[in-house]
Amino acid sequence: MLNKRIIELLVGLFILVGIIAMFVLAFKVSGLSMYSGGGSFHVAAVFDNIGDLKVRAPVTIAGVRVGEVDSIAIDNSTFKAEVGMYIDKKQDKLPADTTAKILTAGLIGANYIELIPGYNESNLKEGALIIDTQPAIVLENLVGQLIYKLSGEKK
Amino acid sequence: MIGWIEKLGHAGLLFCEHVGVSGLFLLRTILRKPRVIRLFPLVVEQVYSVGVLSFVIVALSGLFIGMVLALQGYNILERFGSVEQLGQLVALSVVRELGPVIGGLLFAGRAGSSLTAEIGLMQATEQLASMEMMAVDPLWRIIAPRFWAGVISMPVLIAIFCVVAVFGSYLVGVEWLGVDAGQFWSNMQASVNFRIDIVNGIIKGFVFGIVITWIAVYQGYYAIPTAAGIGRATTKTVVYGSLVVLGLDFILTSFMLGGW
Repeated sequence: MLNKRIIELLVGLFILVGIIAMFVLAFKVSGLSMYSGGGSFHVAAVFDNIGDLKVRAPVTIAGVRVGEVDSIAIDNSTFKAEVGMYIDKKQDKLPADTTAKILTAGLIGANYIELIPGYNESNLKEGALIIDTQPAIVLENLVGQLIYKLSGEKK
Repeated sequence: MIGWIEKLGHAGLLFCEHVGVSGLFLLRTILRKPRVIRLFPLVVEQVYSVGVLSFVIVALSGLFIGMVLALQGYNILERFGSVEQLGQLVALSVVRELGPVIGGLLFAGRAGSSLTAEIGLMQATEQLASMEMMAVDPLWRIIAPRFWAGVISMPVLIAIFCVVAVFGSYLVGVEWLGVDAGQFWSNMQASVNFRIDIVNGIIKGFVFGIVITWIAVYQGYYAIPTAAGIGRATTKTVVYGSLVVLGLDFILTSFMLGGW
């Protein structure tokens, strides 16, 4: 049997390694979000259709990731989708007339939100609502329109 | 014919009796008067023999499973031209399923069997009975520390297994096969969710830890006190432990995928 102190030391190390492993899993493997909290501000956008957008989808400006979606809800009076998102505090110079659109990464990839800055002098504030938006392009609707058009031309 | 049915009934009753006895045994172990301060050093000692000594086998298996998953996954993903999804494939399969299940099987084989043999031998040499003679409760002195040590060690071992497996897949996928490191990590991080994947994996670890150590200490405590009896009890621990891990994993996964 080993010395009691060595055993306690090894057990302490073992638990410590386990805790470090949990942290690695949390931050390196799952990329646990660091956006919520002090370093970010929250805005919302209203969309006609969000397609396949999910919570934690990236928010980008010019393709650069600046935040992520944190809530998706339906507005009970207008029946439009209200998407809340956290944006990095460094991007607080965004103009107030910034527009948002939902894009797809690749042909069948996941949806994400792209912000397109406007030209207004005032800035987007915490809790602002982006109304000027472009909904997700739903592939089924496109195919439907295409078929409708093609069959119309035949006549 | 009637004899057969009789035997079946006897077996059924015996099974129910075993389940009942083991359940009461577990309850009596957990529902002690909490003497945490005196229990703590005993638990530390057992965490050493149950957890620390299992560290090497668990970490090594994790490394090789991660490496082989990366190799297999790469060969299949290459056909679809999407090798950058390798990190996602390995991380999800390891964190959700392989980590808890293989960790549980290894734990049953490495720690469970030794617990059963140890307690069984104590029973056979009447150490437990002599403890009772000295007014020391063997459930408190012998069984409870081993049980809690198993419950503590199992999630820790599984977390280590997952990390080592991901690291192994990184070695093979990125360092050897040439997947882009940035895509490897970012695809992994985009698809692995902390709450849904990792916390659920660790919950599985807790459940498996409870069940395996429960089976191990029960089989040891109620082993037939002969050499053959201890051998049989050790085998039973590994067999029952492994089967219960696999079965419970299916049940837990179906709960977790159901959005529980």
